[in-house]
Amino acid sequence: MDNASCRVLWEAICDNRKEPTMANVISDETIEYVGILAKLELDDAQKEQAKKDLAEMLDYIDELSELDTSAVEPMSHVHPTCNFFREDVVTNGDDRENILKNAPEEKEGAFVVPKTFD
Amino acid sequence: MAKEYEVVIGLEVHVELATKTKIFCGCSTAFGGAPNTHTCPVCTGMPGSLPVLNKQVVEYAMAVGVATNCEITRHGKFDRKNYFYPDNPQNYQISQLYLPICRNGYVEIETENGTKKIGIHEIHMEEDAGKLIHDEWDDVSLVDYNRSGVPLIEIVSEPDMRSAEEVIAYLEKLRMLIQYLGASDCKLQEGSMRADVNLSLREKGTTEFGTRTEMKNLNSFTAITHAIKGEIERQSDLLEAGEKVVQETRRWDDTKGESYAMRSKEDAQDYRYFPDPDLIPIDISEEWLEKVKASQPEFRDAKKKRYAEEFGLPEYDIDQITSEKALADIFEATTAICNQPKKVSNWLMVETMRLLNAHEMDASDIKFSAKHLADLIGLVDQKIINQPVAKEIFEHMFTDDVDPVAYVEEHGLKQESDEGALKAVVEKVMADNPKSVADYRGGKEKAIGALVGQTMKAMGGKADPAVVTKLLKELL
Amino acid sequence: MDLLKYSAKELSDKIKAGEVTVKEAVDACFANIDAKEESVHAYITICREEAYKKAEEVQKKIDAGELTGPFAGVPVAIKDNMCTEGILTTCASKILGNFVPTYSSEAVKKLEEAGVVVLGKTNMDEFAMGSTTETSAFGVTRNPRNTEHVPGGSSGGSAAAVAAEECFMALGSDTGGSIRQPASYCGVVGIKPTYGTVSRYGLVAYGSSLDQIGPLCKTVEDAAITLSIISGQDQKDSTSIPRNDLDFTKALVEDVAGMKIGIPKAYFGEGLDAEVKDAVLAAAEALKAKGAIVEEFDLDYVKYAIPAYYTIADAEASSNLERFDGIKYGYRTEEFQGLHNMYKKTRSEGFGPEVKRRIMLGSFVLSSGYYDAYYLKALRVKALIKQAFDKAFEKYDVILGPVAPTTAPKLGESLSDPMKMYLGDIYTIAVNLAGLPGISVPCGTDSKGMPIGLQLIADCFNENVLLQTAYTYEQMTKKGGN
Repeated sequence: MDNASCRVLWEAICDNRKEPTMANVISDETIEYVGILAKLELDDAQKEQAKKDLAEMLDYIDELSELDTSAVEPMSHVHPTCNFFREDVVTNGDDRENILKNAPEEKEGAFVVPKTFD
Repeated sequence: MAKEYEVVIGLEVHVELATKTKIFCGCSTAFGGAPNTHTCPVCTGMPGSLPVLNKQVVEYAMAVGVATNCEITRHGKFDRKNYFYPDNPQNYQISQLYLPICRNGYVEIETENGTKKIGIHEIHMEEDAGKLIHDEWDDVSLVDYNRSGVPLIEIVSEPDMRSAEEVIAYLEKLRMLIQYLGASDCKLQEGSMRADVNLSLREKGTTEFGTRTEMKNLNSFTAITHAIKGEIERQSDLLEAGEKVVQETRRWDDTKGESYAMRSKEDAQDYRYFPDPDLIPIDISEEWLEKVKASQPEFRDAKKKRYAEEFGLPEYDIDQITSEKALADIFEATTAICNQPKKVSNWLMVETMRLLNAHEMDASDIKFSAKHLADLIGLVDQKIINQPVAKEIFEHMFTDDVDPVAYVEEHGLKQESDEGALKAVVEKVMADNPKSVADYRGGKEKAIGALVGQTMKAMGGKADPAVVTKLLKELL
Repeated sequence: MDLLKYSAKELSDKIKAGEVTVKEAVDACFANIDAKEESVHAYITICREEAYKKAEEVQKKIDAGELTGPFAGVPVAIKDNMCTEGILTTCASKILGNFVPTYSSEAVKKLEEAGVVVLGKTNMDEFAMGSTTETSAFGVTRNPRNTEHVPGGSSGGSAAAVAAEECFMALGSDTGGSIRQPASYCGVVGIKPTYGTVSRYGLVAYGSSLDQIGPLCKTVEDAAITLSIISGQDQKDSTSIPRNDLDFTKALVEDVAGMKIGIPKAYFGEGLDAEVKDAVLAAAEALKAKGAIVEEFDLDYVKYAIPAYYTIADAEASSNLERFDGIKYGYRTEEFQGLHNMYKKTRSEGFGPEVKRRIMLGSFVLSSGYYDAYYLKALRVKALIKQAFDKAFEKYDVILGPVAPTTAPKLGESLSDPMKMYLGDIYTIAVNLAGLPGISVPCGTDSKGMPIGLQLIADCFNENVLLQTAYTYEQMTKKGGN
């Protein structure tokens, strides 16, 4: 699926989701799209299961909409602390050997990946 | 008759900050180095590693924001931008979407029609990605994370530019401001300043924006100019043919002089931004902001004005010596010692610029000290050495920052100014060059030049040419 | 006395007194591991060689008087989501099946500085996603009290290892109840500290804003000691919090007179097993008899904690787990065509079904068009939940309730219905959303002999109140011969 068709598809899904009373129905396209985002490849049986699981979880999460939170600020961090900094001082030396130790494939001090088109 | 189009350009400028360490770990940001030698668990996305923010990054970002008339976001945070690509070890980039550190600023540029304000939508902090090197032999790519986590600011302009010239003026302006702040060296070729061009066309007179494209991989002012011209042509051809411009990211190939769309069907371009739970908010106090404001340096425009008033330098000189902060710095430091602004300016504009070009260096790479340049000027002023010898010494100062006073001593370069000592030499030169003598006496005044030259040669270049000329005139 | 019966503190005292050697303690643990692992399977990795080497070093330091701390010489286990230098750290996932970190997590470092001996890495639900330790890629762990039952999760291996006396103390991590619930199922003490108390550096992240490391121990005293050792602000973890007093052993006082204990009515409603309910309420009565003021109250938003939690935790997880891509470490698929195919195949083969389920939900709730409706909404509900606890702690020192609706279910009962498994977290996850400290203390068994846990919750930074209440209760039950 290319970007443009992704977008069209996504808009269609979004429209679909705006129906408030409808329980969540996850389409093949949605699972396909989530697979692209999460880099997961599912076979047909797994896809069917994923559609069911995702729909069930979303129905459940939709319970949150019962609450009026219009006056509530989203809370990312529970503690109201700020400003955790380090000073601009070099503390690390050459650690290449350790960094590459677990690499599935290595060449000339670098990690090897399938060719990227640039 | 073809329609007339107006070009609308906005810029996303990435600037690598001049910190010693990366944005979230204590690894060096130094250039070069073998692949992955400036890395640690944090900047290679090892499991369990956590980012800790470099305070200097915030200070530099604030300083740039203040210099570009932005509002500074007093309570900011970082967000994760999620996308899979091997140059990005966590497969998310830590950036700022929701609360960027600076917003709603502007800079002023000079155009044919006078001063123009270019709006700055926002400036945010983020981490740079690693480098991918294509390995022809195995037909794979190699990943080097040395640049991963190098701090960047992204300066997003409003779509306020209308020509390539305005774009260049805007970039020059940003480069000067940031360089003067010391927040970055802003070298396009080395990638410490990178500009992505968002461009669209609309029919003249309309107010709605057309569909824009984003152009990447522009690493010189010339490439930017070419790419803008190319894209204007490409889009107007499309519109003329009744086709639509597709909103997309395009990559400019400067050698071919054309761009092509960067597409990947496995790339959904849905970055799923959300606040990074590993980093706590940044709270900028009034006090901190005031401190940053108070430490803003004198920028180029102010310097130009002051140089004219304080030193009475010609406009051309001022333009040259303020074109790089490093030049202005050494100008001021040297002038402070020797109080000879025009002479300092000459050394910088002529010899320094020549050598910088010859060595393909930037002003920021200058090695010689202000003290040594002042000493050199002093040596000439006191007639201890002559100008050609000074130039020769300066070349050594330029490459090795030699002490000119010591150098003159060691190499016996002091010039002879004593008339008594020079008289014998002049007389010998006159005796050896009867033709030149005759020419001069016959009215060819220029012939004296040859005689001065011969005397200088006989003195191994170490004679005071003024004294030699005076003596010659007397004896002739 | 069988030295395996000692608490960690008692063992260390005996070692320092010269009555037991570190090697003897390690020997005893390994003998027990050899006897029980086949049925319990608490460990993924056992580090015999490293442990004996370390035992020798520690013994020398103890003999030289260099190591005098309360845990000097104590054999411990570490949940396999904490990085241990030179020791396999898998998160119970195929995708990290061969990952040997070159650095240790801060909590492990601190414990090692205190002179413990790490015996091995314990089993868990894959990436800490689960409540039964059945989602591990390396086989299930069984409850030592009855091996037909699960040990709980996700720190099931750590809880089982302590309960089976295969170590004297274990570290776990708690994102939604992953220390307290297995502690409850296995009949040990487990504490989840206030968010930010223990450094997360080196803990492989699941839900970064919720994860906390904490101990699973035989006694409340051991838990207080562990906490004192591993707590403290870390310059490597921006979310770690500076705290003044990190000596939690001061709270080991038998006194709850005048302590105000609130019981949320909603924690005792539908779905709570009658035997669990009775045992927890009996514990409340016992504390009341000791002078505590116990009353019921309405805690708001209880039922919204689970949907808010799964939205937030899975969103963070979807991003945290993006780094597992087959490039830098861990599993890489054998055959692939191009980069994106490699990503997809590596991750699809490397992650188990529960992890995939959560990554997909997390990616979905963050995706364009849904962020506000789901993710931001959940963060707003989190704020409401935090406010509800703030209100409760204006009145009460401690909130008391069950840890889980039931005792440990049988193996295989939970995985068939993920929703049901998620609902089992109802009493524990609000604590993570609000960043609060919570403890699970054994409070008897059901008619099948399976342990029941009492959960105590305090306001942020009030571990002392928690520990004091738990200690008082624990001492009562010991004296009562329970």
